[in-house]
Amino acid sequence: ILRQRFCHQRLPEKPMGIESQHKHLLELLRRTAVHGESNSVLIVGPRGSGKTMLLKCVLRDLLEVKDVNKNVLQVHLNGLLQTDDRIALKEITRQLNLENVVGDKVFGSFAENLAFLLEALKKGDRSSSRPVLFILDEFDLFAHHKNQTLLYNLLDVSQSAQAPVAVIGLTCRLDVLELLEKRVKSRFSHRQIHLLSSLSFRQYLDNVILQLSLPPDFADAKFFEEWNDSIKVLCKDKSVVDVLEKHYNSSKDFRSLHLLLVKEFFKNILQHNSSYNLCSFIPGLSVLELCLIIAMKHLSDIYEGEPFNFQMVHNEFKKFLQRKSQSIYNFDKPVVMKAFEHLQQLELIKSVDGSTGKIHKEYQLMKLMLDHNQIMEALQKYPQCPTDVKQWALSAFG
Amino acid sequence: MQHSVQSRCKIMVRYFTRLRVRRVYKWDGTPSSFDRKLKTYFFDSLNISVEGQPGMTTVTPGQYVLIEGDNEDNPFVAKLLKFFGDESNQQKKALVQWFVRVCEVPHNKKKLLGRSPHPQEVFYYLGHTCDNEIDAESILNTVQVQYVPVDAPFPEPGIKDTLYVKLSWDTKTFKDLDPALMQDTPVPASTPPRLKPASPCSPPAAALVSLGSVGRKMPTPDPMVMRRAGSVSRTRGPVSASKAGNNEAESVHSAAKLSASKTLSTKRRGSSGVTPGVRKKLQLSIGDSPEKIMSRKDGLCELLDEEVDSEKALVTKLNSSPRSLHHGYSLSPVRSDHRPPNSLGGYPLKPTSIMLDRLSPTALGEQDFSRDMLLGMAPLILEDEVFEAGLPTGTAKTPKKRQATPRRKYFHEKATTPSRRKDSAMTAREPSLGVLAEEDSESSPMQLVVTSSRSKRKSAQLVASRIRKQLNLMGDAQELHSDDGDDDCFTPSKKDLHHSSEEDLEDEEVSKSEETAGKTTRGRLRRASTTPARTPRKPPSKKATPSTPRTPRTPRHATPSIPSRTLPARKPGNVLEEARARLHVSSVPESLPCREQEFQDIYNFVESKVMDGTGGCMYISGVPGTGKTATVHEVIRCLQHASDMDEIPTFRFVEINGMKMTDPHQAYVQILQKLTDQKATADHAAALLEKMFSNPAPKKETTVLLVDELDLLWTRKQNVMYNLFDWPTRRHARLVVLTIANTMDLPERIMINRVASRLGLTRMSFQPYSFKQLQQIITSRLNKVKAFEEDALQLVSRKVAALSGDARRCLDICRRATEICEHSAPQPSSTGLVGMSHVMEALDEMFSSSYITAIRCASVQEQLFLRAVLAEFRRLGLEEATFQQVFVQHRALCRVEGLQPLSVSEGLAVCQRLGACRLLLLEASRLDVLQRVRLNVSQDDVLYALKADRA
Repeated sequence: ILRQRFCHQRLPEKPMGIESQHKHLLELLRRTAVHGESNSVLIVGPRGSGKTMLLKCVLRDLLEVKDVNKNVLQVHLNGLLQTDDRIALKEITRQLNLENVVGDKVFGSFAENLAFLLEALKKGDRSSSRPVLFILDEFDLFAHHKNQTLLYNLLDVSQSAQAPVAVIGLTCRLDVLELLEKRVKSRFSHRQIHLLSSLSFRQYLDNVILQLSLPPDFADAKFFEEWNDSIKVLCKDKSVVDVLEKHYNSSKDFRSLHLLLVKEFFKNILQHNSSYNLCSFIPGLSVLELCLIIAMKHLSDIYEGEPFNFQMVHNEFKKFLQRKSQSIYNFDKPVVMKAFEHLQQLELIKSVDGSTGKIHKEYQLMKLMLDHNQIMEALQKYPQCPTDVKQWALSAFG
Repeated sequence: MQHSVQSRCKIMVRYFTRLRVRRVYKWDGTPSSFDRKLKTYFFDSLNISVEGQPGMTTVTPGQYVLIEGDNEDNPFVAKLLKFFGDESNQQKKALVQWFVRVCEVPHNKKKLLGRSPHPQEVFYYLGHTCDNEIDAESILNTVQVQYVPVDAPFPEPGIKDTLYVKLSWDTKTFKDLDPALMQDTPVPASTPPRLKPASPCSPPAAALVSLGSVGRKMPTPDPMVMRRAGSVSRTRGPVSASKAGNNEAESVHSAAKLSASKTLSTKRRGSSGVTPGVRKKLQLSIGDSPEKIMSRKDGLCELLDEEVDSEKALVTKLNSSPRSLHHGYSLSPVRSDHRPPNSLGGYPLKPTSIMLDRLSPTALGEQDFSRDMLLGMAPLILEDEVFEAGLPTGTAKTPKKRQATPRRKYFHEKATTPSRRKDSAMTAREPSLGVLAEEDSESSPMQLVVTSSRSKRKSAQLVASRIRKQLNLMGDAQELHSDDGDDDCFTPSKKDLHHSSEEDLEDEEVSKSEETAGKTTRGRLRRASTTPARTPRKPPSKKATPSTPRTPRTPRHATPSIPSRTLPARKPGNVLEEARARLHVSSVPESLPCREQEFQDIYNFVESKVMDGTGGCMYISGVPGTGKTATVHEVIRCLQHASDMDEIPTFRFVEINGMKMTDPHQAYVQILQKLTDQKATADHAAALLEKMFSNPAPKKETTVLLVDELDLLWTRKQNVMYNLFDWPTRRHARLVVLTIANTMDLPERIMINRVASRLGLTRMSFQPYSFKQLQQIITSRLNKVKAFEEDALQLVSRKVAALSGDARRCLDICRRATEICEHSAPQPSSTGLVGMSHVMEALDEMFSSSYITAIRCASVQEQLFLRAVLAEFRRLGLEEATFQQVFVQHRALCRVEGLQPLSVSEGLAVCQRLGACRLLLLEASRLDVLQRVRLNVSQDDVLYALKADRA
């Protein structure tokens, strides 16, 4: 059950924290469905704030109303899938199942389709045709279509006495309205529903408990009680709270919370998931490469982040060798070059301009992709790091 | 038994390039009377001859004629009343009584008819908005119009080229037509009484029918004959009764012969349209070729004179009416007398229904000849020549009109004279094959088809392949046209087929088979044409089986519609809902307040143009939501009302919207479609429109064209705009163009000079609404429904006026306010009206920037990151920083705040989240830690939001 819940396979019975938005949207759609009033609305919220969840809940509730059920047509479009108006149009026609659809395929040219669809929508009127809900996921991407023809037409229909439609856009961009052309914008009703969670940590914690608890109709009552109790205990545990708090601080996103929880319960690892970063590469590097990175670090310090090239790094490296005069690190230049290229492959360093090949390799300007602190941190973790290298890294100047 | 081969040719190619035929008009005889007062001479008849062809059509008052109009495929129909010319004889005028085609009746009036119109139906025109006086030179051809009593059914499909009149039309209503109006014409050559005598001679035809083509649907074989007889009599020169009788006898005679051989083939269709436009030059005069033919046939010399005569008549006929083809038959029998073995056949070849442009008939005639020759094993050389002459036919791709029911023509190869029949089909085939070899490639397929079909006939039992045959038939027909190699026209024609077939009420069977054929041929056309040997042969029995399996097809004619709902929409229940309904932008207000001045200006402009029958452009600009489109629509509505009241002439209104088309050139297609219901490609549509607007035509209504969102019609060469503005300046265009766009200086900004200058100086700009106007708009919309407090309204309108003056926005806010009010209704304080508080709430919702709330609701780390960005900006003095720099600041801040510092990847994740909300602008994430960060919000906003958060 939990897995089901966390993996978004089931909608929550009730949207949490967004009751007012839920009510608003439901009311709006209900009016379209029942009264045949055309509307347009945007649902705006950061990723993972439950836009789709909200919409699905609303639709589910809407369809529970009996007379709405058979009445409403839904068209789901996604800006990532329908990347231009042509495709979107075909998809609309297909989903509406208009008469020019044969066996799931839509024929006709783009222009024909557009004319056809508009004609179809125009034919309808408020009271006689079935309301159509257009759901545009990733609404902002639709605004990048040429001339915004599709948006204009949909919104125009929603503003004129044609078939009732409701245009619902989902987006995470707060500035989406500025993407719209002025005449498109004028036709949009400017209803926006913002989904921004303003939960305090306390509420957040409650939420976690709620999410983890088993529903009361769980088959095994005893297990149910035990489980819920232990969850409560768990949530009072200091370390768990810390982890959650840290996560809360970085994001209030429920989806990532779910991911985190899934991880915890199925892998039983209470380790924070920040383990991945570039530093983990460093212990795998050879001493030579490490030396090069340190040399680069020094260079960056000296020149304040200006790009460097291999020749500079090599000089720096040689300076270090001279000072220490230890022959173990005395490599030939080609060997050093090889190590340098390896670093480049790992993308620890990157060339400034993308043009590889034009310039001689040794003089290609590069930038270090690592942070000062990361290097030091990695150095600490590096097994059996030669002390002189460590000293060199710590010393202010080469 | 062998049967008359029938190949039909159906022709409905709509996209065709026609050769232009120049017509020469001459008065026939001397003026019959002279009106001193008006200084006009009256004439009895008019001869029309087509340049390059011998013979002429004589038109006399009382006849029905086709008159060149803006629609090539459907010329206007009228009855001639008088001919007259001025003294100098420079101008030839004619007085006519108009008839209106179904397609000329406005759509909205069609329903008044109360039944579906017959495709060949015309209405007696009683209106007075059209000038009855026309230029005689616009007469194209004659046509038959037959009166049908109101309650009688339309005649069976047998007669294709006759139009039927039942009702009269006075622009408002349909009325029963007084038969007397129709009877007064001397001309009714086609009226039943006269034809009757001819019908008896058709029994042979009937016999033939029973022989071979039992199933063939020829309910009225005789009409053909009759018509032929009629036409013969009419054509031969000035119609004198005695001669007519003579001719009739002759034609009957020939008809009988013909019919014996195969007459039936002549089912021809309707002449509904002699296409006006067709003035193609037929280089080869038909007259020449027959003569040549004649001359080469030494043996036939005796008959020469007679034949030439008849041929001439034929030619004239051809020119004047499609029917004239029949003459060919009469001619051929004559010839056959002399050359019995060669029974020739005149097959009515091509009879394209509507299209009988003169060209094609003539060409057909020529083909007939050539065919005759072939069959008769006439000298090959001759044939080549003839064929050359015949080639033009192909070019005359006959336009297909919808109403013109597509027709399959069967040419009956009449070649089956008794003697022929005896010959095995093989023999027939051989000669023609021989010919083929030597013949020009293009024309040859046809021949081949003909011959091979004959042979195939024998093995005609290919019932299974019926469909295929049909396909081939289609292909064949097309081939006919494609002689010139212009294959591309076919595709469209297929479409037409479709259309026409649907509309063809008349001969259902035929159309059915056509439909299927049309459908299937689509893909196969090519094949069919390349393999003509497969040939077309449509056994008559086939026709009788309309139930041929229907191949699936794309529902091209699907009527666009949204499925209708199962339950009716609910009516608004209370005051607030009522108010909301009224406030919806889509609800059309009774009047448009605050735009009286603009309304008046536009009204005057359009009205004056409509009255004068001139053209003009007007450019209307204004920011969105200022009622431009609504005002224009209102104007049109008023004008239409006025024209209903007969105060101004009727006009047509066409609207296109730049946003609603995918490509500027689609504008042509849409205009054309709305004007004439034709479908065409953009280029073709442009050409048709060009012709429509530049050619003079009588009885033309003014067209009012509304072009919304003009700026989207911009193309690099601006030819779309150029044309739109150029048409109105044409003398005969009668086009009024109203254009709408947002920017005031659009003409200067994007138009090149020649476009801008054509647009002219008639401009109008719609100012944004002031708050008073907005208030008035809302009040008038609410129309006494008491839902808003006075103050609240004022607040809304002031707010909106200050920002944009967009009425749509204003209405939306009010609507939202009613919703809020409804939900908070339980409050005891509220009176059930929308008050200040509700409006404020709605305004906040719509206008307040969401950024601040968004920042407030962001997570701790996100807020910290924003602060780090601010700090870094301050440090750098720039509005841009790399992630790396910001991140350093971020860590410092974390330490200050006592939070555990984030790792780089977590930091990046935070940064990306902010970027997704567009609080930050980020470079492509590929750059990793080096990507640059900028704020998308003002620093003050961030500070404000964060500070408030802190507090």
